[in-house]
Amino acid sequence: MDMPLPDAAVIARKDRIAARLAAVLPEDGLISDPVALAAYECDALTAYRCPPMLAVLPRTTAEVAAVMRICHEEGAPVVPRGAGTSLAGGSLPTADCVLVGLARMTAVLEIDTANRFIRVEAGRTNLAVSAAVEEAGFFYAPDPSSQLACAIGGNIAMNSGGAHCLKYGVTTNNLLGVTLVLADGTVVTLGGPEGEAAGIDLLSVVCGAEGQLGIVTEATLRILPKPEGARPVLIGFASNEVAGACVADIIKAGILPVAIEFMDRPCIRATEAFAHAGYPDCEALLIVEVEGSPAEIDAQLARISEIARTHSPVELRESRSEAESKKIWLGRKSAFGAMGYIADYMCLDGTIPVSSLPEVLRRIGELSQEYGLQVANVFHAGDGNMHPLILYDANKPGDLETCEAFGAAILRLCVEVGGCLTGEHGVGIEKRDLMGVQFAPADLEAQMRVKDVFDPGWRLNAAKVFPLEASRARRAA
Amino acid sequence: MRAAHLCPRDEADLAELIAGRNAPVAIRGGGTRGGGVGAEVLETGALAGVRLHEPGALTLVAGAGTPLAEVEAVLAAAGQRLAFEPPDLGPLLGLRGASTIGGVVASNASGPRRVQAGACRDALIGARFVDGTGAVVKSGGRVMKNVTGLDLARLMAGARGRLGVLTEVAFKVLPVPEQVLTLRVEAADAGAAVAAMARALGTPCEVTGAAWRPGGPVWLRLEGLEVQLRHRAALLGRLLGAAPADEKAGGADLWARIRDGADFAGRPGDVWRLALKPSAAPGVLARAGAEDALLDCGGGLMWLLMAPGTDLRARLGPFEGHARRLRGGGADGIADAPTEAPALAALTAGLRARFDPRGLFNPAGG
Repeated sequence: MDMPLPDAAVIARKDRIAARLAAVLPEDGLISDPVALAAYECDALTAYRCPPMLAVLPRTTAEVAAVMRICHEEGAPVVPRGAGTSLAGGSLPTADCVLVGLARMTAVLEIDTANRFIRVEAGRTNLAVSAAVEEAGFFYAPDPSSQLACAIGGNIAMNSGGAHCLKYGVTTNNLLGVTLVLADGTVVTLGGPEGEAAGIDLLSVVCGAEGQLGIVTEATLRILPKPEGARPVLIGFASNEVAGACVADIIKAGILPVAIEFMDRPCIRATEAFAHAGYPDCEALLIVEVEGSPAEIDAQLARISEIARTHSPVELRESRSEAESKKIWLGRKSAFGAMGYIADYMCLDGTIPVSSLPEVLRRIGELSQEYGLQVANVFHAGDGNMHPLILYDANKPGDLETCEAFGAAILRLCVEVGGCLTGEHGVGIEKRDLMGVQFAPADLEAQMRVKDVFDPGWRLNAAKVFPLEASRARRAA
Repeated sequence: MRAAHLCPRDEADLAELIAGRNAPVAIRGGGTRGGGVGAEVLETGALAGVRLHEPGALTLVAGAGTPLAEVEAVLAAAGQRLAFEPPDLGPLLGLRGASTIGGVVASNASGPRRVQAGACRDALIGARFVDGTGAVVKSGGRVMKNVTGLDLARLMAGARGRLGVLTEVAFKVLPVPEQVLTLRVEAADAGAAVAAMARALGTPCEVTGAAWRPGGPVWLRLEGLEVQLRHRAALLGRLLGAAPADEKAGGADLWARIRDGADFAGRPGDVWRLALKPSAAPGVLARAGAEDALLDCGGGLMWLLMAPGTDLRARLGPFEGHARRLRGGGADGIADAPTEAPALAALTAGLRARFDPRGLFNPAGG
């Protein structure tokens, strides 16, 4: 994975830039000590590390704007960071950058249950947004599995999803507005409680732009009334094909579950050994969850079970209680932990059309033989978002490279069957060099033109998302 | 006159046409949504056809010139639909034609269910278009979860053709629920109506329509399994005194009329459409002095029938939202499109300069 050479002229101005930044920030708002900077050298893609030149922890939008103005005048690259939980390297610093961390901007600014929105600072964690409205009977729907730690600003940058997007959509469907600080320090407001753009919908392209168009400092988020309850059914099958067909039949039947999770045999065995959730030892397992009042849940689960029975399941277990629901979810929720217990792993995030599921799983199995690495599949089946976990040994020379090559082959396969490279984690540096597999040069050119408008100097998180070759002329200009 | 229109045969033909074009074009799907005056008309009718419908994956891909009715028929045959309930504005605007799916996307046209299922842009998962340089661009795809690269598809939704000509669009679709039930709640005035709608939308009843017209009751729509409707109707009955509407007043036609602003069709006057913070609706309505009004989406969407030539924005002053004139206008000097804040207008102008450097697309249409 290549990164551009750091700008020596910027690094030579480090002391002056630090002095200028210190002048616009509170006393503890600037970090320049190398030991302290090491805390920011990577995000959750830990294979790649580089401490930033400087880091700042502003407390207000005005401070972010002042920092951005200085970086603009000094020509310093900027890397935004929410909570640093990106699996794609979205907040990996460069050696010449000023890292702008949002960790101190966590306040709730407004809760409006009559109009069903909350306005928060962008460093607030995803779970703390829901927590702020829980007593009023509401929640914020997107639920990435890192929701305890991840920041709303990062969720917006990556357009994060979660297990419940089949029903509730991803971040872009639940985001009403943002305060955005542009590369030159200009502060703009996009969207708002009215939920519709007056002109061209700029909010749509800012969400998911991976911090390349500006730094989001505040967000207005849609909140939803909490469902009365939720319960899953666990269904085991003797083959992936049958499980895939069952998913399609459930969806076609007109019931929209909040989640349909899929696990394959390697994943079932590993999690069962780790978490003892009482899963059947079968080829494929579905967890289908529905919401509503007890009677509504019973009716929906009955319908789903009826459909499942036409596919001869080897196991079918409808949850009747909170305790049974917990046990069904236990294995799925500990899947990543179980894998981490066995080996190092790399988590992929491609999406495929649901109909391609059996074919893709078969070919992933073949690739696993070819590359000599094991893989386990856990996956949001309702929306086709796969999370193959490739197991490798970080201490074995060459294993990481083999794993990355295997991962790239799986992502190419996702695109080949009509899907995409990333469903919810983002491109970052991890999938940057594969963008040409999914997009033609004209597609990437059109995307880069949007960045030209928001960040003409290409200083914001610039070495990511676009293959370096494609963005070279713009970054050099 | 149709023979004089530009009618590209396919996407490649369109790209070639745009690349060699120096005069503005007015992009036209079915001609049911207005806009694009004073330029040679570019018809998208040949870019038609449903190209993929995978019911088990809840996805559909269609050429931009495909008639909306065709898309809806294909979906209906599989018990599915576009959840955002696109309106047909033809009768309201006094325009004849068959709405196309590309026109729906270009204007982000969304109906009452928007309040629960999201707008057109929320259901849009991919698009192909030809930009003003003649380049064919694709963004998104045919899967509903996709964060690969910048989301240009949603940028095109509601852009009214100002960044390019849509050639293909892809959607997440949803199953048609088993049953529909409309409830009515008596409301004395706008304040009571908006408060009742807010309370209903604040319950987990998944209300998929919440509308009110002055002088009438609040209408609430529930959709789902029989057991769900029974439970939710009882809950809203206890909370708000909501009662099932009779078959005649509360049938599917009611929601189609709300969706299309049909109560204003054929009546003289300007028609305005406002997107606003729902709780601001009663105050805005009082200031507007409208001849007739309709509140949809719990008050977050307001239709107003105004005396011709009324400068509604001047009358309302600042409010949390914006107003667009859908019908009327002409030489009265009032802008139909809402004005953007200067910093946003600069970004929009920057995008237009890069996607349409020769100013070919809908130069007058904001």
